[in-house]
Amino acid sequence: MSDRPDTPRPSGASGASGASGGTDGSSRPLGGAAQLQGLGVSPGTAVGPVARLGLPPVPPADEQPGPDPAAEADRVAAALEQVAVSLAERAALASGDAVAVLEATAMMARDPGLLSTVRAQLDAGRPTAASLDAAIEGFCDILAASGGYLAERVADLRDVRNRALAVLLDEPMPGIPHPGHPFVLVAHDLSPADTAALDPREVLALVTEAGGPTSHTAILAKGLGVPAVVRCARARDLTDGSPVVVDGSSGLVVLDPDERTLAQGRARAEARAMLAASGSGPGTTADGTSIALLVNIATADDARRACQVDSEGVGLFRTEGLYLGRQTAPTVEEQEAGYREVFAAFTGRRIVVRTLDAGADKPLAFVDLGTEENPALGVRGLRVGRRHPQVLAGQLEALGRAAAATGADVRVMAPMVSTPAEARAFVAEARTHGLAIAGAMIEVPAAALRADQLLAEVDFVSIGTNDLAQYTFAADRMQGELADLLDPWQPALLDLIASVGAAGQGTATPVGVCGEAAGDPLLACVLVGLGVRSLSMAPGLIAAVRLVVGAHSLAQCVQLAAAARTASDAVAARAAARALAEQKVLELL
Amino acid sequence: MPERHVVVGSGVGLHARPAALFTQAVAKAPVPVTIAKIGGAPVDASSILLVLTLAVAHADEVVLAAEGEGAQETLDQLAALLEQDLDAAPTGN
Repeated sequence: MSDRPDTPRPSGASGASGASGGTDGSSRPLGGAAQLQGLGVSPGTAVGPVARLGLPPVPPADEQPGPDPAAEADRVAAALEQVAVSLAERAALASGDAVAVLEATAMMARDPGLLSTVRAQLDAGRPTAASLDAAIEGFCDILAASGGYLAERVADLRDVRNRALAVLLDEPMPGIPHPGHPFVLVAHDLSPADTAALDPREVLALVTEAGGPTSHTAILAKGLGVPAVVRCARARDLTDGSPVVVDGSSGLVVLDPDERTLAQGRARAEARAMLAASGSGPGTTADGTSIALLVNIATADDARRACQVDSEGVGLFRTEGLYLGRQTAPTVEEQEAGYREVFAAFTGRRIVVRTLDAGADKPLAFVDLGTEENPALGVRGLRVGRRHPQVLAGQLEALGRAAAATGADVRVMAPMVSTPAEARAFVAEARTHGLAIAGAMIEVPAAALRADQLLAEVDFVSIGTNDLAQYTFAADRMQGELADLLDPWQPALLDLIASVGAAGQGTATPVGVCGEAAGDPLLACVLVGLGVRSLSMAPGLIAAVRLVVGAHSLAQCVQLAAAARTASDAVAARAAARALAEQKVLELL
Repeated sequence: MPERHVVVGSGVGLHARPAALFTQAVAKAPVPVTIAKIGGAPVDASSILLVLTLAVAHADEVVLAAEGEGAQETLDQLAALLEQDLDAAPTGN
């Protein structure tokens, strides 16, 4: 029961309401050559030129063999050498692990065996790009079959293929563009692999054709604190260098904006920067109820960035990063080293660690879970322990050691807990590894429905609203078309959160939220009204949530929550809460 | 053509780091070198991709071959390298 936020502070954020101005005209139409409507998933306004994510080229289906195989082999050799040179140049500019990876990749591009295999394909009468593709895929198969370190090089070899094909076919280089100035990144969709090399100082906003409110793009943008628009079908018409204004709240992208729209966009971007700097300190309601404001992180890099944000700690540390893409299980020592790095960044603040949430959309090579018909309903999260108990035991041991070594305020919670018995077993196991504060995620409707019994078994709970919505509405999170059902304002979802909040008050067990819902300032007030006392979100969203929660009393939050739950659908719930909220502070958003 | 028969000493066989160290050494040699498993077709020993396709395990016997000036010395050095457990050797960086 020690998750209770400690000292109530006087409302510090309310003074910021005087900082209005410069944000008028939100209802006036924006002008430009074209207006592209998408779904705004990360608030804010950005102004800048487009740069598109390069797609991996594919050999043309109608490609004909070149007239002279020897000349074609020379073209392939030149393309591979060009790729090797550019990789070596990048290695010279890189630091850390990236240097060795880039150098090894450059070596593969220069491999004499690769060229001789391509030559054999060309001599057999195959077209040029197809020959290169076939040669590389052949080696990829061998590397993949070798397992371990070599299997992990397959992605590097395919990177060589993609780059060399881009040279041969005269197409743009695949991957994150480097135009040499800040840009609005436009793509069909973004995967974690695409964005690993993203420099947050260069990206002004993200715009994608596909994706949904919980897609990787949305999560990444909120983490970086940059505006993002997804499901913008016409984004495919945006070309490199075109000036755009991106509004991550309304989801509108204006191409070739006129002077007035440009000026308005710049003014909004500045107003938002001012808002971010307007409040500080622990979160509280206007009448002094502590609401812990925490950040969500997934990697040591995230931790280094996020620890500079004014927060009370980490409310969700996703630990999959240490495991995904690995062919073998990380040792306890490796895990401990990884955790120490993260814990050190948050000395003196709390760190809530979610144990491995593998399975479903995040499979692990070294934990064979077989093929599942419905992975989201299968052996995932805590359930992996039914078949592979050593994975959780190893992780808890590493966490316990890292916590003891750093003296950090570490709390652990298990994902995908469905029953009080599962919660009890997890808490008991955590304690054997010296982890004194242990809790559960509430993501499964069954756990929310029996919250009284479940909360009696744990020190705290954290509601994962994204998964709870997915399971409550039987709507796949990855299915963009069903985004309306996954709206966190759905009254049915609020009902489940309310039952967990009530159980928290009944059993004196702290209840937090660590899903997307926590980062929506108005919804954050509703959550507080439902009994939630900590909110964990992407670092870029904290300032706005602090401001809006700080402008409402606990009694107002309870009223907002009641109004939202009375509504018949998500749109009406949002409107009902909005009508009762402090209008002055909403205008700032 | 001068040849050497060598039993591979690396615990993981000719994979990963040992394969990288071996092919880098071959690339620096003054003469072209081939490597083959007993009874198998020889491949360019400076190509890490081709060396990997041989799937050489620990204690497998391989045949190194080279021709030209310095071939004997090159083969001696490379054979000595392959006999070691390259995975256990200290790293250069």
